[in-house]
Amino acid sequence: MNKINIIIKREYMTRVRKKSFIIMTILAPILMAALIIVPTLVMVNQDQDFKKIAVVEDNSDLFKGAIKNTDNMEFVYLDNVKVDDLKNSFEQAGYYGVLYISPELITTPNAIELISKKQPPIAVLQHIENSLEKEIEKQKLMTYNIENLDEIMKNVDTKVSVQTKKIGDAGEVKDTSTGIAMALAYIGGFLMYMLVFMFGSQVMRGVIEEKTSRVVEVIVSSVKPVQLMMGKIVGIALVGLTQFMIWIVLTIAITGVLKATVLKKSDMTEVTQNMTKSLMTPEQQEAAAAQPAQVNPDFAEFSKLFDSAMNQPWGLFILSFIFYFVTGYLLYASIFAAIGSAVDNETETQQFMLPVTIPIILALMVAMGTMQNPESSLSFWCSIIPLTSPIVMMARIPFGVPAWQLAVSMALMVVTFIVFVWMAAKIYRTGILMYGKKTSWKEMWKWLRYSG
Amino acid sequence: MALFEARNITKQFGTQYALDNVSISVPEQCIFGLLGPNGAGKTTLIRIINQITGPDSGELFLNGNKLKPEDVMSIGYLPEERGLYKKMKVGEQALYFAQLKGLSKAEAMRRLKYWFKKLDIVDWWGKKVEELSKGMQQKVQFATTVLHEPKLLIFDEPFTGFDPVNTNVIKNEILFLRERGATIIFSTHNMESVEELCDNITLINKAKTLLEGKVSDIRRKWAGEEYDIVFEGDAVMEGNGSYSILHRKIEDNKCRIRLKTMTGTDTNEILSNAVRSGKVLSFNPALPSMNEIFIRVVESRN
Repeated sequence: MNKINIIIKREYMTRVRKKSFIIMTILAPILMAALIIVPTLVMVNQDQDFKKIAVVEDNSDLFKGAIKNTDNMEFVYLDNVKVDDLKNSFEQAGYYGVLYISPELITTPNAIELISKKQPPIAVLQHIENSLEKEIEKQKLMTYNIENLDEIMKNVDTKVSVQTKKIGDAGEVKDTSTGIAMALAYIGGFLMYMLVFMFGSQVMRGVIEEKTSRVVEVIVSSVKPVQLMMGKIVGIALVGLTQFMIWIVLTIAITGVLKATVLKKSDMTEVTQNMTKSLMTPEQQEAAAAQPAQVNPDFAEFSKLFDSAMNQPWGLFILSFIFYFVTGYLLYASIFAAIGSAVDNETETQQFMLPVTIPIILALMVAMGTMQNPESSLSFWCSIIPLTSPIVMMARIPFGVPAWQLAVSMALMVVTFIVFVWMAAKIYRTGILMYGKKTSWKEMWKWLRYSG
Repeated sequence: MALFEARNITKQFGTQYALDNVSISVPEQCIFGLLGPNGAGKTTLIRIINQITGPDSGELFLNGNKLKPEDVMSIGYLPEERGLYKKMKVGEQALYFAQLKGLSKAEAMRRLKYWFKKLDIVDWWGKKVEELSKGMQQKVQFATTVLHEPKLLIFDEPFTGFDPVNTNVIKNEILFLRERGATIIFSTHNMESVEELCDNITLINKAKTLLEGKVSDIRRKWAGEEYDIVFEGDAVMEGNGSYSILHRKIEDNKCRIRLKTMTGTDTNEILSNAVRSGKVLSFNPALPSMNEIFIRVVESRN
């Protein structure tokens, strides 16, 4: 036992002190945060430049005034101008682009062009499309000669934003966000995939290193091969757990900072809200109370997201993650160790790697599908079957998993990893001392059945 | 009394014999040479002694008792291809192997200092193994092998990669270790070192023992067909029907003639011929070198 500890210590220390480990550990949460923050920033700070767009029609004025101006878009309707004339001169005239609408637009959806020097932002296109779609609908409706159509249109103009609530087992209602659950599922599944694969193949590389450098002959003359294998697997597992723990601590720290700054902001909005309220007449106050979200919609959206992120089952998520990481890693690492012991160098591993990678990749694909449809039977089975369950189950947990399914999946996982470690040890024991022979699956099967 | 004995060891890989009924007996405080061409089965035997693999049949004894798993602690093994972690620092690595052999950290440290000084590798303590030359690596490995002061030391090709100076250093260390009571088995192709170091040898080829015994006995036994005659000054001898002259060399005012006899030649006849040719200083059966014996034995069986 004491010797296993010495081996574990070496495996752990040599890896933890590596520069690549330190960089990964610190950089990964920052990268992760950047991955979330950068797109948000990009969305928020989208091209806010004011754009003036010329609108030209072919000898008609079907869509005159259909596209409303917004804060940063102005649509100037030009009569009696040919597109071809404008094409070369619109920039000098101060236009961002020329929108050319053909009268056939009513029947042909793509009979419209936006000519510009730069790639127009999606927001502009969406605005144009939405406005014209509405206008065309309206014009089509008009052909039915409905009375008071304008008023009716105003009345039926509706906006929908689904607020999701989840009812827990105890009947408590929580605000949730499918977006957050999806993000969590994605992170859980993908991180599991990465960690299991990364640390699993580290085991393999370690075994190959020991085999090719013949270190194993020196060590095996003082410890049993199985001890060496387990020492390596456990040592690297501890490296993985260390990294994961540091990531959690860093994430909590980052979240803490975020929350602090956000709370400050919310206090301030409350203060301003109260101040404005006191200045308002009773009617105005009532009106304001009726639409509280409109006071600061951006912030409301953000705080809702934050709340629903906090409402995720974090404890369950993290504990299951650790469980599935340890068992899934042990399972795959033992396979990787057996493969490493059977080959003479890393290039030879390929023929064995393929069958091992297939379940992992499959699991990752199912996990991505799970985000769309957490209740599918494919997701269910893949989250029960041990080779795929660590990744798929992590993708399911944010959407809620019945306790019995989790229990069955975990129990199967434990049984399977014990069987795999046992088999791997048998292959390893023989393979690690075999040189110069191309190993086949058949050969490995024979080693597995060696007694003694 | 034999410190180590292997009796009737047989080991098969598939249908091929790696060892076929091989026995060795290693007396205490002796340097025992395990000789044989490549692929003869030496490394397999060494692995069996180290209990890395088990024999299909046969028995092993250490100090008269059957070899037990715990006995690896009283064996030190220097494998043919050096086994060191390339990215690890020399000192840490040496400590690691010492601890695996059951030494406490403090004790390991104390002994390592002694050996690093002795082998003149102290400066390398903080370097990574990959920065070291092959010979340096071998010295490090040598130190880790002998560190736990095992009774039985096994060196597989200990001299490959060493320059003559360092070969000598290691030779002296091996002799020193024997003085201190260790018994040494070493396998090699370097026959000169066998003559210099080994007391006993076993020569195996194609899984079978071809030759075994004391080095001096073997050389004497394989002598008998060649003789060295030394004359004072110059002398000329000619071959006849019963013997032929192999070579003649003059140095230091002495003439040395090596001649080969036909079977059944009377040595007195040669000697009387020699006396007629000049002033004989000595007449000796020429001891064949281990190299010659090795080649002759292996080729005669192939």
